[in-house]
Amino acid sequence: MSVHVVPVRTYLLVFAALLLLTATTTSVAFVDLGPFNNFAALGIAGVKAALVVLYFMHVRYGTRITPLVLAASAFWLLLLIGLSLADYATRGWLGVPGK
Amino acid sequence: MTTATEQAGETPRTHYLNVNYGIRSWLLTTDHKRIGILYLISVTLFFALGGVMAVLIRLELATPQGDLFQADQYNRLFTMHGILMIFFFLIPSIPAVLGNFLVPIMIGARDLAFPRLNLLSWYIFNIGGLFTFWALLHGGVDTGWTFYTPYSSTYSGTHVIAVALGIFIAGFSSILTGLNFVVTIHRMRAPGLTWFRLPLFIWSMYATSLIFILGTPVLAVTLLLLGAERLFHIGIFDPAIGGDPLLFQHLFWFYSHPAVYIMVLPAMGVVSEIIPAFARKKIFGYRFIAYASVALAVLGFLVWGHHMFVAGQSIYAATVFSVLSMLVAVPSAVKVFNWTATLYKGSISWETPMLYVLGFIGLFTMGGLTGVMLATLGIDLHVHDTYFIVAHFHYIMVGGAIMGYLGGLHYWWPKITGKLYPKVWSRIAAVVVFIGFNVTFFPQFILGYLGMPRRYHSYPPEFQVLNVMSSAGATILGVGYVIPLIYFFWSMRYGKDAASNPWGAVGLEWETTSPPPTDNFETTPVVTSEPYHYTRPAEAPGVL
Amino acid sequence: MSSDAISLPAHQFDSLEQQREVASLGMWVFLATEIMFFGGLFAAYTIYRVSYPLAFIAASRQLDVTLGTLNTAVLILSSLTMALAVRGAQQGKRAPMLAFLPLTMILGAVFLGVKAFEYHHKWVEHLVPGAGFLLPGADARHAQMFFCLYFAMTGLHALHMIIGLGILTVMLAMAWRGRFTSTYHNPMEVSGLYWHFVDIVWIFLFPLLYLVGRHG
Repeated sequence: MSVHVVPVRTYLLVFAALLLLTATTTSVAFVDLGPFNNFAALGIAGVKAALVVLYFMHVRYGTRITPLVLAASAFWLLLLIGLSLADYATRGWLGVPGK
Repeated sequence: MTTATEQAGETPRTHYLNVNYGIRSWLLTTDHKRIGILYLISVTLFFALGGVMAVLIRLELATPQGDLFQADQYNRLFTMHGILMIFFFLIPSIPAVLGNFLVPIMIGARDLAFPRLNLLSWYIFNIGGLFTFWALLHGGVDTGWTFYTPYSSTYSGTHVIAVALGIFIAGFSSILTGLNFVVTIHRMRAPGLTWFRLPLFIWSMYATSLIFILGTPVLAVTLLLLGAERLFHIGIFDPAIGGDPLLFQHLFWFYSHPAVYIMVLPAMGVVSEIIPAFARKKIFGYRFIAYASVALAVLGFLVWGHHMFVAGQSIYAATVFSVLSMLVAVPSAVKVFNWTATLYKGSISWETPMLYVLGFIGLFTMGGLTGVMLATLGIDLHVHDTYFIVAHFHYIMVGGAIMGYLGGLHYWWPKITGKLYPKVWSRIAAVVVFIGFNVTFFPQFILGYLGMPRRYHSYPPEFQVLNVMSSAGATILGVGYVIPLIYFFWSMRYGKDAASNPWGAVGLEWETTSPPPTDNFETTPVVTSEPYHYTRPAEAPGVL
Repeated sequence: MSSDAISLPAHQFDSLEQQREVASLGMWVFLATEIMFFGGLFAAYTIYRVSYPLAFIAASRQLDVTLGTLNTAVLILSSLTMALAVRGAQQGKRAPMLAFLPLTMILGAVFLGVKAFEYHHKWVEHLVPGAGFLLPGADARHAQMFFCLYFAMTGLHALHMIIGLGILTVMLAMAWRGRFTSTYHNPMEVSGLYWHFVDIVWIFLFPLLYLVGRHG
């Protein structure tokens, strides 16, 4: 069986990192970084998610197709948000009511 | 390999239909083939219901006055017609009936990856249908199948939540079917069956499943939010607290545009199987068709704003969606060219499945070209919400998807049931359907262009002639649909037994008996040849 | 090894290995659908936050950062215990599963308890959308939109947690009966994937809901 058993130490390290990142994201939120607050919040969340995906969800030790499934869903979600924002972000540019 | 007795047309002793009997063996089956048949029964019932709505609509529209129904009742008619036909017939039709039956067989597997999930899908589908049917019995819904807010979220007094719930539940049925197909196709192909040896029907099932998986959940959450707004005043779309009704449309169409590819991609897959079989020729441009299928699934997600050109989105977004919508026509066109090239210098036989797919190619092309017209902002501005749109999507959905479905049913019926249907009647029906369809829907292009709006039960008297034509056509179309119903039933009792390969076609499904045994094959096939390796007509059919 | 343990693949599979890969891929594809399911809400959130930034800041400040951070830590800990439970299954050891599964469930229940407490608080403070909504200051209208999203998103998340607790109960029962071995433990593996996914959703929900414009 090609089941990779992750050492407990690895799990504990990931857990510590996740707690640290959580504390960081909360404290950073109280510091005024201007627009970078958003990047920081989402960026840290992204790193935390990546740690959970790679280690707790075993993606680091699994097949090639799993990251593909994940990447596809992330891409599709960005499509939904991005193309919708294309509407919202450009409303009123023309100076004509309703456009 | 088929034996001599099987080629002579004798039904083998045990197969998936007679391995056990009784209602429990059907209602608790996990055999993908039986589940396909269960779906066949369900979708046919919903088609009949949606068809009744259509009859009533066309009856009303035979006269300019709104004399058969009041406006409010008419709203419920076209809404329920759309909901039943789209969510409970077209979307499941080919994937859940033909896909369930054929996917494992075409890849040389014994069943799908998750057989019990497959059965659950069918039950979920019917539960969703039951909610919708309950709502129908209590007056239906009058919002249009598109459920636009704020009418659906605030003002409509009809059973919006029941129907939304019904569609929500049925959506999970498609999600699970898509999941089953994707995992099966990835992980359960027979030895030697590489991706580019797969039949194009499998490619189209795969592409369709991508849409099932990635699009349907967005519809699900949108319907959930609609229900939440109606029930709990969680007013995500409520303008009173800054909500944007257009957000509903963005979220709704993010699924519902790809949904039309859910309806058409499988039909295209059917066409790709039938054309080589009845032209006795290898498909032209196999890889292009395979890539085009996936391209359609992806590009189909980039164009939803073309349903909202007049709704109030920004002109820049509209332009982007317009350009992308022109782009999405390309993969479809690629397929049409490849099918045509396959026919060129082929040895054509006019069997019933071929009649349906030839009809598909012509009618889908017309529907698709009018789609490109609609992608043009200037034109859409004039014909949006007119009968031009109605004609456009019926050409694709009925002239395209349903013809593909019927063609597929006729092609694989001998495999599914082990019986042959009468050839003369089946050809007659195909021609009647084709004529009826065109008489029904071509006038609607003209009506729309002349300005007749959709979703109205009355119209200016100058439109009556074309409307009467359309209603007459609908009668012919209805007759065309009833004839196969009759002879399919007839064939199950009185039809001649079918050989393993009655069409002399190439494909794993034709290498097993008709009907197949429960585990599909005596031994797991090993694939060593390219798909569609048709021989010259002079050699015996079935020899590979 | 108990006689309940599975040693043969289901009839459609050629090997236990294939069955394991199929189970895993199946759950990942399901998680893809969940990403799109929550994704609709994230899209709505993004659009409204871009449209009403000030209202969102004012509204977000009504949430308790301490409780939110605490709850995040609770869920992360529950992911650790879940991973350790699955690890036990991979090794065919019953004891870690019987220890870490209940721990995971308790942590999940704690999370839900804290959320219930927060919901109650919102009710008392007139921050539940509807006729009784009341937030002093400019832009109360759009602040209500924030809370619509807050309840929709955390509500859907909580529903997934509850379902997760149900799944873990079944896993506990199966582990108790010795159904899992080192060669067959697919249900544990995929349950873990589900649980971690629900954690990841919260990892994104937390900053988006609790940490909007906290500075200044």
